[in-house]
Amino acid sequence: MDLDALDIARWQFAITTVYHFLFVPITIGLSAMVAGYQTAWLRTGNEQWLRLTKFFGKLFLINFALGLVTGIVQEFQFGMNWSDYSRFVGDVFGAPLAVEGLLAFFLESTFLGLWIFGWDKLPRGLHAGCMWLVHLGTLASSWFILAANSWMQHPVGYRFNPETDRAELVDFWAVMFNEVQLVTFPHVIFAAYMTAGTFVLGVAAYLYMKKKHQADRPMYHRAIRIGAVVTLLAGIGVAVTGDLQGKVMTEVQPMKMAAAEGLYETSEGCAPFSVFTIGTPDGKEEKFAVTIPCLLSFLGTGSFDGTVEGINPLREQYVEEFGSDPTSKAFTEGDYTPIIPVTYWSFRFMMGLGFFAAAGAALILWLTRGGRTPGVRWLGTLGLSLPIATTLASSWGWIFTEMGRQPWVVFGLMTTESGVSPGVSTFEAATSLIVLTSLYAVLAVVEIKLLVTYIRKGADPFVEPPDVPVGGADDDRPLTFAY
Amino acid sequence: MELTTVWFALIAVLWVGYFCLEGFDFGVGMLLPVLARNETERRVMINTIGPVWDGNEVWVLVAGGATFAAFPEWYATLFSGFYLPLLLILVALIVRGLSFEYRHKRDETEWKARWDLAIIVGSVVPALLWGVAFANIVAGVPIDADKEFTGNLFTLLNPYGLLGGLVTLTLFAAHGAMFVALKTDGDIRHRARDLAVRIGGVAAVLAVLFLVWTQLKTGTTLTAVVFAVAALALVGGLVAARAGREGWAFVGTFATIGLAVIGLFLALFPDVMPSTTDPAYSLTTTNAAATAYTLKAMTWVAVVFTPIVLGYQAWTYWVFRKRISVHHIPTADLADASR
Repeated sequence: MDLDALDIARWQFAITTVYHFLFVPITIGLSAMVAGYQTAWLRTGNEQWLRLTKFFGKLFLINFALGLVTGIVQEFQFGMNWSDYSRFVGDVFGAPLAVEGLLAFFLESTFLGLWIFGWDKLPRGLHAGCMWLVHLGTLASSWFILAANSWMQHPVGYRFNPETDRAELVDFWAVMFNEVQLVTFPHVIFAAYMTAGTFVLGVAAYLYMKKKHQADRPMYHRAIRIGAVVTLLAGIGVAVTGDLQGKVMTEVQPMKMAAAEGLYETSEGCAPFSVFTIGTPDGKEEKFAVTIPCLLSFLGTGSFDGTVEGINPLREQYVEEFGSDPTSKAFTEGDYTPIIPVTYWSFRFMMGLGFFAAAGAALILWLTRGGRTPGVRWLGTLGLSLPIATTLASSWGWIFTEMGRQPWVVFGLMTTESGVSPGVSTFEAATSLIVLTSLYAVLAVVEIKLLVTYIRKGADPFVEPPDVPVGGADDDRPLTFAY
Repeated sequence: MELTTVWFALIAVLWVGYFCLEGFDFGVGMLLPVLARNETERRVMINTIGPVWDGNEVWVLVAGGATFAAFPEWYATLFSGFYLPLLLILVALIVRGLSFEYRHKRDETEWKARWDLAIIVGSVVPALLWGVAFANIVAGVPIDADKEFTGNLFTLLNPYGLLGGLVTLTLFAAHGAMFVALKTDGDIRHRARDLAVRIGGVAAVLAVLFLVWTQLKTGTTLTAVVFAVAALALVGGLVAARAGREGWAFVGTFATIGLAVIGLFLALFPDVMPSTTDPAYSLTTTNAAATAYTLKAMTWVAVVFTPIVLGYQAWTYWVFRKRISVHHIPTADLADASR
């Protein structure tokens, strides 16, 4: 095995996945909000709703395009860089991926095409329905891909077949309703709604503060309030499901919970949670820390008195359990501990950024209460910082949950190092990493510039879309929308 | 029929769907500088595939996912083995997919020209490389006892593989031109039809060479029949195009591509990836397959949802059935274009 190719493959997976997931939460959440605006317009006839539909629809599409194309890399990458992983898990892991394509990708892409070009081709209700179906597609997609990921965190519904030397599916429903999946899916979806809520709130707050758009203040005021309410409600969902995740994690991946706190020795009751620590990089020694007594026990077990296992005893247990057979896919030379500073800080960044976004939304909601005009200049800046915070919170959340699983790629079954493609050379892997990373960097600049341009323009004036039978009115007028 | 055979057939169907559908939008993309004489005509061309290209592309994602699930060993060997060509395809699909959405977002000529280049290159590269990849799968590649591909990029660039690439490139170009002829009106429609016949002629010669070569390599009586019908369909399509019957002409290239893919899968069966190192190392529908349980679960999902997907995709084509011509393109004002 070529260690260099392994490191490169790891970095590529991390970079491409985090990058892809910058666009995913906005896509999931904003599809629902755009569909909601369009439905509100249909119900009330208030033209502000249609203007918001089109405005946020446009931003949604700029964002969706990059999420879509970077998603293709994700599917190919398992086979390209992680072929031994694919051989080992394909029987279990491949099914949700295939089903995701059939049930979700077709739905999203087909109905998004209908929505983009359907303004003068579909009756109004059906047209709005297309965006709801896009949203349904994003939910279905999340369900299946998270079921696949949850299986890597907590493999269920399979048996190891020594003859074929691979994991084999024995219960499809167990994989679909894995206990990790049941808490992860709502956590991710609430986070996506929170991201979209902050995005709408931030963009609207920015435009609200611009003199150029003064005439549209009532509309942006509304959008700010809706965004803030969505953020807060979804934020409660994120917190509750995150708490539930903590309990499940303590049960099925105790090492990850210990690594989240940098807890080296088992704490028999009332384990404290440190908000902030200055110490040695491995967290073994602390110089200064702000801690909340018993909170870790509560996060992990639901009781302030609960026992939380420490890294050292768990490591000993894993070495004994997995460390005896060097030919086993579950064997690793090092120990069975994730990189503690990464898990420790990513966990805190995730939570901190989430709380910051919720607090910001609450503040803005209060400032704009009862139709009030907030008398502060920094409203736009604060607003725009919120979607950045929620998006990064998601990134850190994934970094935590994936790094916290290490050295495993499938917990307890296969280490990440044994999953890499044995036939891929360092040259090939490096080429791929360099090409994709540079391409992604260029595209990020392009996308951000486009977003800024279109956000600055603000919502277009109201234009009544035609109400037509399926297929459009039979005339030679220019298309309402064209590429 | 064995479930492994069913899934081999289903994966063939997915590739048929992919090549028949994305084949024409690749063709439209690569002919952008050839067929369109100005910005409005370029927009006419892009808008013929605008609402559907993304749905077309999903076919390859589902084919990839289905291969992963139904034949994990095939997926692992193929994707790790054909590493650099797949990387090129990925890059092409990324820039191409983005260009449809981003091209019209700014008015500067330079901006549009850059994205046009992305569309052209992003269409040519996969159209060529998928053919190279498929020809190599059928012909076999060096695979060792551990099911690992032991060749490199140049192993794949053999004469048979390159011919396969040229076949898909020219066939997709002809298919795309037929689609433009079918979906547009005015001057460009006629030019597209003429071009389709010319490219189609080249494609026919290359395709016949390739199919005869394949037949001699691994053919059976059945593949001979399928290949012959595929060739006839192409000739029929070209005749129909010359006669001005664009619908039938498009059906012709559609059928040619579909039948050629079916023929290649028949020539492949029961292998999925033959080894040139030792036939004993070949990946087959049996030794590369997932368990019967997984295949059964997936079969249920496929049986229920494939008809639904086909239904709404077909409906989309019906919704956008009207021809587009230059006067349908909203005037170039950015505010209009992006509304």
